[in-house]
Order: sequence, then C-alpha cells, then structure tokens
Amino acid sequence: MTTATADSSNADIKSVLAAEFARFLPPDSIIADEETQKPYECDGLSMYCEMPLLVVLPETVAQVQQVLRLCHQRGVPVVARGAGTGLCAGAMPHSDGVLLSLAKFNRILDIDPLARTARLQPGVRNLAISEAAWPHGLYYGPDPSSQIACSIGGNVAENSGGVHCLKYGLTVHNLLQVEMITVEGERLVIGSAGLDSGGPDLLALITGSEGLLGVITEVTVKLLPMPEKAQVVMAAFDSVQTAGEAVSAVISRGIIPAGLEMMDEHAIVAAEAFVHAGYPTDAEALLLCEVDGTREEVEEHIQQVAGLFESMGASIRVSRDDAERALLWKGRKSAFPAVGRISPDYYCMDGTIPRGKLAHVLMAMQDMSAHYGLRVANVFHAGDGNLHPLILFDANMPGEFERAEAFGGKILELCVAVGGCITGEHGVGVEKIRQMAIQFGDAEIAQFHAIKAAFDPVGTLNPGKGIPVLKNCQEYRALKPDGMQPLSHVHGSTL
Amino acid sequence: MTDATQALIEQITSARAEQRQLRIVGGNSKAFIGRATTEGEPLEVGRHSGIVSYQPVELVLTARAGTPLAEIEAALAEQGQMLAFEPPHFGGGATIGGTLACNQSGPARPWSGSVRDMVLGLRLINGRGEHLRFGGQVIKNVAGYDVSRLQAGALGTLGVITEVSLKVMPTPAVTLTLVQEMPADQAIAQMNRYSGLPKPLNGAFWHDGKLYLRLAGAESAVNGTAQQWGGERLNDADTLWQQLNNHQLDFFNADRPLWRFSVNSTAPHWQSEQNWLLDWGGSQRWLSGEGDPAVLAEQANAAGGQVSLFRGGDRQGEVSPALAPPLQKLHQRLKDAMDPDGIFNKGRLYGWM
Ligand SMILES: Cc1cc2nc3c(=O)[nH]c(=O)nc-3n(C[C@H](O)[C@H](O)[C@H](O)COP(=O)(O)OP(=O)(O)OC[C@H]3O[C@@H](n4cnc5c(N)ncnc54)[C@H](O)[C@@H]3O)c2cc1C
Repeated sequence: MTTATADSSNADIKSVLAAEFARFLPPDSIIADEETQKPYECDGLSMYCEMPLLVVLPETVAQVQQVLRLCHQRGVPVVARGAGTGLCAGAMPHSDGVLLSLAKFNRILDIDPLARTARLQPGVRNLAISEAAWPHGLYYGPDPSSQIACSIGGNVAENSGGVHCLKYGLTVHNLLQVEMITVEGERLVIGSAGLDSGGPDLLALITGSEGLLGVITEVTVKLLPMPEKAQVVMAAFDSVQTAGEAVSAVISRGIIPAGLEMMDEHAIVAAEAFVHAGYPTDAEALLLCEVDGTREEVEEHIQQVAGLFESMGASIRVSRDDAERALLWKGRKSAFPAVGRISPDYYCMDGTIPRGKLAHVLMAMQDMSAHYGLRVANVFHAGDGNLHPLILFDANMPGEFERAEAFGGKILELCVAVGGCITGEHGVGVEKIRQMAIQFGDAEIAQFHAIKAAFDPVGTLNPGKGIPVLKNCQEYRALKPDGMQPLSHVHGSTL
Repeated sequence: MTDATQALIEQITSARAEQRQLRIVGGNSKAFIGRATTEGEPLEVGRHSGIVSYQPVELVLTARAGTPLAEIEAALAEQGQMLAFEPPHFGGGATIGGTLACNQSGPARPWSGSVRDMVLGLRLINGRGEHLRFGGQVIKNVAGYDVSRLQAGALGTLGVITEVSLKVMPTPAVTLTLVQEMPADQAIAQMNRYSGLPKPLNGAFWHDGKLYLRLAGAESAVNGTAQQWGGERLNDADTLWQQLNNHQLDFFNADRPLWRFSVNSTAPHWQSEQNWLLDWGGSQRWLSGEGDPAVLAEQANAAGGQVSLFRGGDRQGEVSPALAPPLQKLHQRLKDAMDPDGIFNKGRLYGWM
C-alpha cells in the first residue's frame, strides 16, 4: 500500500516525534526500533497486525496528556493499549501512529474496605484487584477468562464480562468513576464516589468505547462481598435442545445462578483431554451451573437445580468442596487453549442470541460447518446468551483462514437474524467492523460518528476501528469495496 | 396500546423545520425534576404506549416509552418477576421512558442496580427526526457506543426515547424488614458494614433515629440473617418502602426545598442539626430545608459526590451539579451531535443547554 514518498515522510515524522517525546519521557519509555516494537504489533487476535511509528510507555498522567497533546497538534493517530489480550484487533497499532501503552500504570492506588471500592491505575490486572480485595472479604465481580493478564483499562474500554455476568453484571455495572484524557490532552473525571451522578450517563458511554473516545488513566470500581458459599452442579445431557431447555427451566424457577455455562460435545472432549476434570465425553451438551450466596440459600437452590436437571434426564455431579468446584470450572475456563490443542489454529466468535434460539442456532452452525468444511466447537455463556463458537482451521493451508472468517461472518449474521447481536463482550475493533452494518443502519452509524466527533473532532483516536465508515463518505474511496479498512498484512497463528 | 411513532416523528420534523422548541412529556409525574422551563410545545410520549414483547424465560421485556410503570409491573407480577430497580411512581402515571430519562431507581438500587443498569437497548428519535435503534434485547451487547444508557439522566435533552428493552428479575421469595434505633453516624457505619457482608441486604435507610434494613431472597437466607442481625421485625413494611420510594413520608411532605446528595456511602454525617434522611446504605442522602447551593456543593464534594436540588426551591437557576469546563464543553458537543438544532427540552437540565 505505502509508496516510497510516504515511507520517507513517515520516517521524518517518526524522528521528529521521537525527539519531542524524549523531552518529557525517559529514554526507555520510547520504543522506536522494529525488534522491540514487535510484541506490540497485535493484540490477542494475531491474524491482524501492524507496526506503529513509535511505541510509548508513559509513567504519569501528565506524560499521557503531553503525548496526546503533541499527537493532536500534529494530527498523528494514537492507539491505547492495555495488556493486549483483546480479541477484536482493537489495540492493533496504526501504521502512521503512536501506540500508547498503559503498562506502567500498574498500581492499585487505594482499597477502601468499608466503602467497598478500589481505585486503580488502568494497567492493573483484573485478577490483581480481587487478590488485593480478598483479605477484606471482598472481590471484583467481572471475571473474564483472561483475568490473569487483561487490564482494568482494557476491561472498561471493552465493557468486558465473565462467567458471573448474569448475576453480577458487566464492567459497566461495576464502575463508579473514570479519569480520562481527551484527544486534546484535557483531563476529565466522569462519575463520582456516589451512585447515579446527574446528567447524561457519560460513564456508560465511555465503557465499551474501545479507545475511540479517550484514554483512561484511572478507574474506581465497586467491590462485592465474597459469598459465604458457592457450589456448582455439572449436568450432562444427551441433547443440546434439552440442555437449552434446562437453562430456561432454572431461570423460570426464579433462580439467578452465579454462573451458567454450556459446552457442546467438541468442547467437552477437548477440555477433558486437556485438564481431566471428569467431564463425560459421551455427552452431547454439558451444563455448569454455579449457585452462590448464604449457606442456607445455596443449599436450598442447589437441591432445586440438581433435582430439576435430573428430572430432565441429565446425569449430574455436585461439587463437594471448593477444590472440586475449581476442577469442574477449570475445564470451562481452559476451553480456548484446550481447543487450541486439537487444531493448529482457531477463530473465536462472540455473538449473542436470545437463549430460546440456542438449539436452532447450533443446528444451523452444524450446516455451515459442513458447508465451509471447517469444524466448530461451542462454549456458551448460557445464562446470558453469549455464544463463543470456536472455528477450527489451519493457517498454513491456503484459503482456510479466509474460509474461517467467512464462516464467522455468517454466524454473526445469524445471531442478528434471531434477535441477537454481533458481539457480547469482545468488541468490534477491526475484526467485526463489516458486521456493524448488519446490526445497524446508516442513520445509527452516522449517529455514532457524530458522537465520536464530539470527543475527537479530527478522528485520531484509534482510527479505523469500532465504527465503519459510511459508503457515502469521502473516505470510502480509500477502502476496499467491502467497506473494510485495508490491512497491510494478515497472517494466521494460534490465538 | 398505541403506536404513535409516526405522529411523534412528524411533530419533531416540523418543529425542526420551523425552529420551534419541544417539551417532552410522558406521564407528567416528574415535571418537578430539572429546571422550570416554559419553553416549547408539549410532545406527548404518553400516547405511545404498550408492552411490545415480554419473554419471562429470557428475563427481557420491551415496552413503548409511554407505557405506565404500573402496567409493566402488573405484567411482570403475573410471572413472578419485577423491575429490580424499583422505580418510584411519584403520585402515579410514571412511564418507563420518563423513568429512564430521569434515571430514577428505588431503595434496592445499591444492591439490585439502577434503571440504567437494566437497560439493554432502546429506540429513540434524535433531533434530526431519525428513528434509531441502539443496543438490543439480549443481556450482553457491546457493538457501537452505549447510546441507550447515555440517555439515563439526560432528561430528554439528547432525544425522544420511544421504546425501552429491560432486563427483568425474579421477585424475591421473601422480604423482611428490621428496625434498630441508633443515631445517624452509627447507622452509616452499620449500613456500610452490613453491605460488605454476603447477606441478602436489599434496602437500608435511616431517618429520625431509626435504621431500617430490608432483607430479600430465599426464605432460609432471609430468616437466618434476621436472626443474626437482630432488631425489631416490622409489620406491613412494604408500605413503608413504597412511601420512602414515592416520597410520601412526612419527611418529604414539607413545603421546603429537597436536596439530593449522591456521595460516598461512608462519608461522615454532617450538619446533623438539619433534617436528613439517609438512603441507599448511606450513598443517597436527602436534606430537607433551605441551603446555600454553593455551600452544599462544597459539602457534597468533600463527601466524594454531588448535590442537586431535587424538588422545590429556586428552579430558575441551576439545579444539577455544576460541570468542570472541559466536561461542560463535551456535554454541549454531545448535545449538538444528537440534537443539532437544540429543539428538545431546552434549559431543562442546564440553563446553558
Ligand atoms: C484467552 C482469552 C480469554 C478471554 N476471555 C474473555 C472473557 O471471558 N470475557 C471478555 O469480555 N473478554 C475476554 N477476552 C478478551 C479480552 O481479554 C478483553 O477484551 C480485555 O478486556 C482486554 O483487556 P486488555 O487490557 O488486554 O486490553 P487491550 O487488548 O490492550 O485493548 C483492548 C481495547 O481497549 C483499548 N484500551 C486499552 N486500554 C485502554 C485505556 N487505558 N484507555 C482507553 N482505551 C484502552 C484498546 O485501544 C483496545 O481497543 C479474552 C481474551 C483471551 C485472549
């Protein structure tokens, strides 16, 4: 794509920027050489990668402001990066821009046990919050499977969820306050220590905005009391349909499980081979249903849930202690890497559907699987309708990644057709930008652009992500015919 | 049960063309919220009413914005479900659209979430007269900006909400209210301590020397906790919580300004000689009486939050918390992004917008 003249002007701006950054950033906070930049070329979706002009790792909020001000003055794109575990290429660098890593902002600033809050720098790892809160009998609710690595700043930017969302909510439900630096380098404080601040809910608007509206430099989250007791029922079903009905039956009983996860036969087999959790490998579908609360409540509900599953023909196993509970969950939590062992590569999708449509969608997916000649394994946040089909492929086979991508696109179209959406928790980024037009019309997309412009009039924050450019816009000419931003290179690898 | 979308769009489009202002009205139960404005012809959303879909097993209900809360709550009750955020009705007629626009949630809010928390998606007519759809009818959805929740607290200044999809929840099997006598500062400590325990606490307010704690959930859990915590069990407690929610307690009745403080739940009690009611486990504090807005704002700030003039007092001036200059600029730009000609609810939220 790039021409020789563009390359040389890039080199000019790169050295000018590096020199200006060097005036306020320590030398090791500026990465200009290709080899050291390499780990930043992609996020968890490594099929999409790009090298930035520069990587910077500021250490103070004032430095973040200066970086943004400078880039704003020069019209240079800025892409914020947390831990780089994102699965939609949201943190993929811009070839003419600066990658702003928040990795050095890794301090827990304050835990207030009485108020049940934690004030955090954006680079703090999700799990580290709960680890710091445990001694006070508290924890942080949203628990993405990537929680060992992902950052709270990234969680806010993606509105991340976890297996406990149905009962405890997504990131957006667990936030009190965010400090954000605008593209112009101005500091905003959104929210407060109180609940429901006056005026339009900007906190919600920022959450899930994928680094397109500002750079988050501080986050205050709510902490929850650790439940007295938690127990899990594993139920093996001989049909996906019945397992789906069982999910609805639990909800109809008025029980909101802390976690309610489903795996299909391919995921069960892969997970069992990987962690030996004792999953029945002959089952068509497996449900993990966790109940938490007071001792009395858990005993009452576990009995009801176990009885219900048995009456629907499932064979069940109830965890006797926390070790067994952890083991049963381990299979689910390592389902992605487990599937990674049965296939050279896999592509993780993230659609949401109304729960009642589950059997229909799984069946349709089997047909598509045959059509594209690619296997698919399914793990499913059954409680909240969030489907993660894992499409198995081999990047070394010519055309397989393209087929996997086309297959994935069809799944997302199906999700929208049955009343769901194209992404439940992984975000749009670069990856799902084409599918945005399935879920939204031109008027909605134009409205998104207007909102973006309110925060970032010139459009230099994470450009080319999240919101597709409309066909009737000028920029459309620079795009491929299908409306996707051109990528400099695409390669496959295990996620 | 009527669909008035077309009429609403027409009124908006012609108002825009003729540069007229519109004043959005739902059930008119919350006319007292925001600044007093007389500008604009009424845009009646109340006629756009009715439950569009309700699937109890999906825990999702979709209703037109003008649907009365009472109608929604009756439909839910038939299925043993409820709006977990317990919206106030304020004298009756409150609609779901107005509830969201004013971001109004009841006593369970700190534990069960707010109306904004339960919103899954909505439809809205922007200032260009375009009928748009954001979010969806599923519990998780992160495609595009969260324009749905952005409407919470906007008081209709960013567009006319026409339809709302909400997450609904099962009604707790049992509720029980305990009363303990204690002064305010002790109640604040107690409410926060209890909130940090894994117990089925679902309401906590203090007034006039008494702390009221509501437990809700499985029978065994509620009774077990009540035994541990002690205190007198209150009969007919539902009425009390409803009166609290709808501002029907004597405390609210006085013909005096009512200030809402949204603060850190642990902030020490201040101005104890004044007339206070502390709700939401200490994070929402009501002050009844005259006060200097600047002094009160200072106090709210020290308590980690904000104050607004909720009811009565001088409603020509600003009643919402003041914004720092960069935030004010951003709010104005957002307003321009959604309602470029400024036709909706001029001056209702802020005098300058
Ligand atoms: C194995 C695996 C399992 C996963 N499981 C889950 C799961 O269960 N649930 C779930 O929701 N997600 C899951 N994810 C996805 C991912 O972990 C989350 O999206 C996570 O929140 C990303 O955090 P991060 O710090 O890695 O962000 P990054 O990947 O670095 O960035 C993500 C996006 O946020 C922006 N961003 C990052 N930091 C900031 C900031 N400070 N200010 C502004 N913008 C910023 C970036 O520009 C980018 O657009 C999983 C990923 C993997 C690899």
